[in-house]
Amino acid sequence: MLAIEDLSLHISGFQLRNIRFSVERGDYFVILGASGVGKTLLLEAIAGLRSPQSGKIHLRGRDITTERVQTRNLSIVYQDGGLFPHLSVHDNIAYPLKSRGCKELDGKVNHAALQTGIADKLSRRPDSLSGGEYQRATLARCLAADSDIFLLDEPLSSLDAKSKIELRALLRKLNRGGITMVHVTHDYEEAVSLATKIGIMENGALVHVASPAEIFRHPKSEFIASFVGIKNYFRGTIRAVSGSDLKEFCSNGIKIYCLTEIPAGEVFLMIGPGDIMVSNEAEAGSARNRFRGVIRDMIPAKLGMDLIVDVGVELVATISSDARKSLNLEIGKEIWVSFKASSCRVYA
Amino acid sequence: MISFSREQSALGLVFAFLGGALLLFIIAPIAGIYWDSMGGSMIEAIRSEEVRDSIWLSLWISMAGTLLFSFLAIPLAYLLARRSFPLKGVVNGIIDIPIIIPHSAAGIAVLGVLTRGSLAGRAASAFGLKFVGSPAGIMVAMAFVSIPFLINAARDGFAAVPERLEKIALTLGASPARMFFTVALPLAWRSVLSGLILMWARGMSEFGAVVIVAYNPKTAPVLIYERFTSFGLKYSTPVAALFVTVCLLIFVGLRIVKRKV
Repeated sequence: MLAIEDLSLHISGFQLRNIRFSVERGDYFVILGASGVGKTLLLEAIAGLRSPQSGKIHLRGRDITTERVQTRNLSIVYQDGGLFPHLSVHDNIAYPLKSRGCKELDGKVNHAALQTGIADKLSRRPDSLSGGEYQRATLARCLAADSDIFLLDEPLSSLDAKSKIELRALLRKLNRGGITMVHVTHDYEEAVSLATKIGIMENGALVHVASPAEIFRHPKSEFIASFVGIKNYFRGTIRAVSGSDLKEFCSNGIKIYCLTEIPAGEVFLMIGPGDIMVSNEAEAGSARNRFRGVIRDMIPAKLGMDLIVDVGVELVATISSDARKSLNLEIGKEIWVSFKASSCRVYA
Repeated sequence: MISFSREQSALGLVFAFLGGALLLFIIAPIAGIYWDSMGGSMIEAIRSEEVRDSIWLSLWISMAGTLLFSFLAIPLAYLLARRSFPLKGVVNGIIDIPIIIPHSAAGIAVLGVLTRGSLAGRAASAFGLKFVGSPAGIMVAMAFVSIPFLINAARDGFAAVPERLEKIALTLGASPARMFFTVALPLAWRSVLSGLILMWARGMSEFGAVVIVAYNPKTAPVLIYERFTSFGLKYSTPVAALFVTVCLLIFVGLRIVKRKV
């Protein structure tokens, strides 16, 4: 649906180098990178707000590299300040409709507002909206513009934790409804909770494009590994445990107990490699999760060593060289791993 | 509430005294002309058709010039705020020239362009338009010295509009013209309005350039000058007091309107 071919763009202080990726209809493509690597520049180039020095942009099978902004039918959402402050929410949503000379404005505005849950705020001015409402109104305007690709530039960065969860759910809903998303962020939680495909951006280049699981479990470079900063990442479902404050997370036949306020449903779970204890015997203690597994690999890390332990799924545990010696660990050995329910991080 | 030390309080008192002296410097002469115009001489000035005509002439010519030249000034201000182009610094400098040169010199410069011997003067004559000694000439002289106020205020206003909003408008299908009229101009409107008010006020109070281009018909500043040189302070002060009153009323009124925009 959207294909970028060897796109290069230099602008004071920023540059994009030979960017190449494609997004299929219905994809949720997240570009993950540190601040200042040129993510916004890339979105603006796709939208037609910046002219690339070289490379091609194909949209819906057509070369749109030099096409006017107005006819590309791509909507862009920035981190904040995207609504026209002098217009009401209603008039903001109606703006693209008026630009295209549409009739039945009110019906279309209401429909877009209902889809994003902002229908009761149509008469309000943007400066009276909360952060979450503001971004909902922005998304409603994109829907009214009838764009089938949304370009999202860190749209959740200015929101509080609760609004972030709600907005993520809305973005997933819109994506399931058929809207293709290209979303740039520096927040890996945001990336794993939304993406069907992730591109890692480093120094103006897209260095790795793959599924979230692939990116997080097998980072292709030290930059990616250090940037994502986490190795034990699972997608699964969570449910309450009766008579306990614990929740049970299930993924690929493995059950992990965790402590979280997130209600039942589809979630992502991460465990820090440093939070996983390794022992030769099953030890009683406060750790609610204990698994017997086999050491598949031992990889020297910047500090200590990463053990790849197969417990049904692969877990990465970071230990010191001293612990390796005293426990006499080696590849193929059967060991016990344990970690506390409270050390599991769960994201909706 | 910030608590001040004794030294800070003393400094505050000194600054308040200095500021008060400056305010007095502005207020005292204006209060003086009202004091001198008491006893019916201001009412006499109101009754004078010549005085009323001169004030009205000053107001409407300056207003017409402001509106006419705004069609040139506002687009230029937008370009200066948004676009980079060669010699942009020079263009910004040129715009400020009318502020820094003596206004009598500005009048002579404008007169040089508008006389019948000049290209512009000959072209205007061909259409039956006369600049020298006419309201049209007064309007050009007023606009020449006051246009920098509009351009500078509007440019600052456009520069303060987040460029991102203009980009968003384009992605939402707006043409550049629609983007300008529905996003850039409304968001910069307060500054543009300030510029229009300043240009109008500055234009109607212009004396130096106007008196050289057109002594007649007399604008209020020219009439005040003529009465002063011909009859002295006693006869010019009531006209001055009346014109200052009109200017202040308009200025205060427009500031109230601007605050509500």
